[in-house]
Amino acid sequence: MNETLERISKDMQERFAAEISEYAGDSTVILTPEYVLDAVQTLRDEYHFNMLVDITAVDYWPDQESRFHMVYHLYSMLNNLFIRLRVPLNGNAPHLPTVEKLYPAANWKEREVWDMFGITFDGHSDPRRIVMPYDWQGHPLRKDYPLGYEEVQFTFNAAEIDKRKPYAKE
Amino acid sequence: MGLEAKTGNMGVVTTTLENVVNWSRTNSMWPLLFGLACCAIEMMGAQASSYDLSRFGMELNRASPRQSDLMIVAGRVSRKMAPVLRQLYDQMPDPKWVLAMGDCASCGGVFNNYAVVQGVDEVVPVDVYVSGCPPRPEGLIHGLLTLHEKVKKEKITHWA
Amino acid sequence: MTNIREVTVDELRHLVSDRAMTGETMLLNMGPQHPSTHGVLRLLLELDGEIVVNCIPDIGFLHTGVEKNMESKTYLKAEVMTDRLDYLNSIGNNLTYCLAVEKLVDLDVPVRAQVLRVILSELQRISSHLLWLGTSCLDLAAMSVFLYAMREREMILDVMEMISGQRMMTTYIRPGGVWRDVPPEFVPAVQKIVDVMPGRVAEYESMLTNNLLFTERTQGIGVVSAEDCARYGLSGPVIRGSGVAFDLRKAQPYSGYDQYDFEVPTYDTGDIYGRYMVRMEEMRQSVRIVRQALSRLPAGPVQSSNRKFVPPPRSEIGTSMEALIHHFKLWTEGFPAPKQSVFATTESPRGILGVFLEGDGGPKPYRVHYVTPSFINLQSMPLLTRGHFVADVVGVIGSIDIVLGDADR
Repeated sequence: MNETLERISKDMQERFAAEISEYAGDSTVILTPEYVLDAVQTLRDEYHFNMLVDITAVDYWPDQESRFHMVYHLYSMLNNLFIRLRVPLNGNAPHLPTVEKLYPAANWKEREVWDMFGITFDGHSDPRRIVMPYDWQGHPLRKDYPLGYEEVQFTFNAAEIDKRKPYAKE
Repeated sequence: MGLEAKTGNMGVVTTTLENVVNWSRTNSMWPLLFGLACCAIEMMGAQASSYDLSRFGMELNRASPRQSDLMIVAGRVSRKMAPVLRQLYDQMPDPKWVLAMGDCASCGGVFNNYAVVQGVDEVVPVDVYVSGCPPRPEGLIHGLLTLHEKVKKEKITHWA
Repeated sequence: MTNIREVTVDELRHLVSDRAMTGETMLLNMGPQHPSTHGVLRLLLELDGEIVVNCIPDIGFLHTGVEKNMESKTYLKAEVMTDRLDYLNSIGNNLTYCLAVEKLVDLDVPVRAQVLRVILSELQRISSHLLWLGTSCLDLAAMSVFLYAMREREMILDVMEMISGQRMMTTYIRPGGVWRDVPPEFVPAVQKIVDVMPGRVAEYESMLTNNLLFTERTQGIGVVSAEDCARYGLSGPVIRGSGVAFDLRKAQPYSGYDQYDFEVPTYDTGDIYGRYMVRMEEMRQSVRIVRQALSRLPAGPVQSSNRKFVPPPRSEIGTSMEALIHHFKLWTEGFPAPKQSVFATTESPRGILGVFLEGDGGPKPYRVHYVTPSFINLQSMPLLTRGHFVADVVGVIGSIDIVLGDADR
């Protein structure tokens, strides 16, 4: 871990009660939801993390205690550093403040997380689905959402599947 | 026989109406300019300089479904795209044909999941399937020539 | 299946101006089937006469569920899906995924494989830029460039076919190296591309760079400042066209990019023309990198010798019991990865391409997330098109070089 990162992690620990972990050269700051906005703002304004690279989530179903982890990746052009923030969230329909005001790039990323995981962002300017159809039911990347696998037609079952396959009419 | 013997010198050829219509349909088949995914890149490759699809009278891609008679479904069809695809098909004037290009359009390919329609034949009736992920331009051209064979065999009774 | 749910204007009230509600401005739908949206992008344009007031992109028409599908496959099998995300940069997608897997399980890559990876990524970059050049100029009604660009692209696709048997979806780069060694005719074929490309790039430039028809359509259109680029997270040729020399190959070198001598081209104007100039220069720089890589291509293995992760060669299976066991384990069960998460990035032809990969101790990835440049760059469409003519919208779409498979995943 280089000097700047060490300084950042120390600051994060002191001000936002964050936990720091490191694996394979990636530094992760683990935060509680109430500090997200402040921590991101601090990183942007004081440590020059001027680019939001990514927002995504991970689902740990059936674990209910901290079912979702929000994952933020920030990049600092000045220091040439990537940093990852992880925010564990409780429950099946968690919500979190949006970081759209700090990074306009977060708009679509948060829409994608809402679409795929069903995590709501308070204060988001455009809370619609983004990649799935507007009337889609469910959030596909949740672990309790089925993959939607359909049986593949092989020689031995081709005729049987053909009978129930919904072929289109003219 | 008799007629040809008499009129041959005058430069007149006799044939059936079926043959003339099918011949003209095969040689000026206008595909809908419509690419979905990776296969569309190979479709472009087929139209570009190296493979030159215009040898088969198909260089003119129409961007409007109203002016085209062949839909090449080049790529995977998502659940969101499927109604759009059907609407485009409904807008095309008869006679119309559909060519499913690539594995995803034919059967879902490697993407056996919630988002992809498992074969575009669930949305529109398909005439020719071309395998490959993506098919080579030669594969696409072979599929188109196969479609030409099919069109040439159409009967006058099918038109009605 | 056949019914499309129409979005009412009320649902879009927060996105369009008040004038749209009174009918003073017009809402125009563009796409998903439109010849110049580069795939299945849908744009909702709010127009005041010919002028774009707002532009609302609607994506997802090519959503493939790749991330979900990869979770149900082993690390090796999941790689096949990565090719088909950004289908113009399949080598780069493989590379980013492999870098992430290698980082997760701590796997080494031999030098020859590293150099091969660099050669192929740069060839892929050239071919992607060539297709961009052809299609975006086609949108600006310059038909002949397309035919020229596709001619050179075929040469690169022939090399891809030579090494892997597939023209586009190679899956050639594997965790721990590459699939197998290149055939002897690989080096002469690449050498030929390297020799002809600079002349061909000059040929394209002679058709476009000083062509009044082209410059009138591109200069001063779709301007974005360097600050806005950072705020919107734009990367790749877009940010370099705005004068910021930001390239992950220089900033965070991977696969030994720090050992090559190349420049990061920039252009100050930040408009479509600037992005065009950057991409043309990038092709030259890529040729330069490939030339250096060819000259230093060392002999040696192309795969890591760590048999826990890399399948043994055929020759070993016949004689070694251990190799047979490894082979069987790898192809039936796969290799386990620790319960950790990593983030790997590369510079794709479109910008920052990242993979967030999380393992759970088992042989399948627990979560794979692709950070794709098209998704982020497309978000800036309202910023880039506001105040321009409708006809310039297609130019702007072309200039940010979107690939919808990359944006929707």
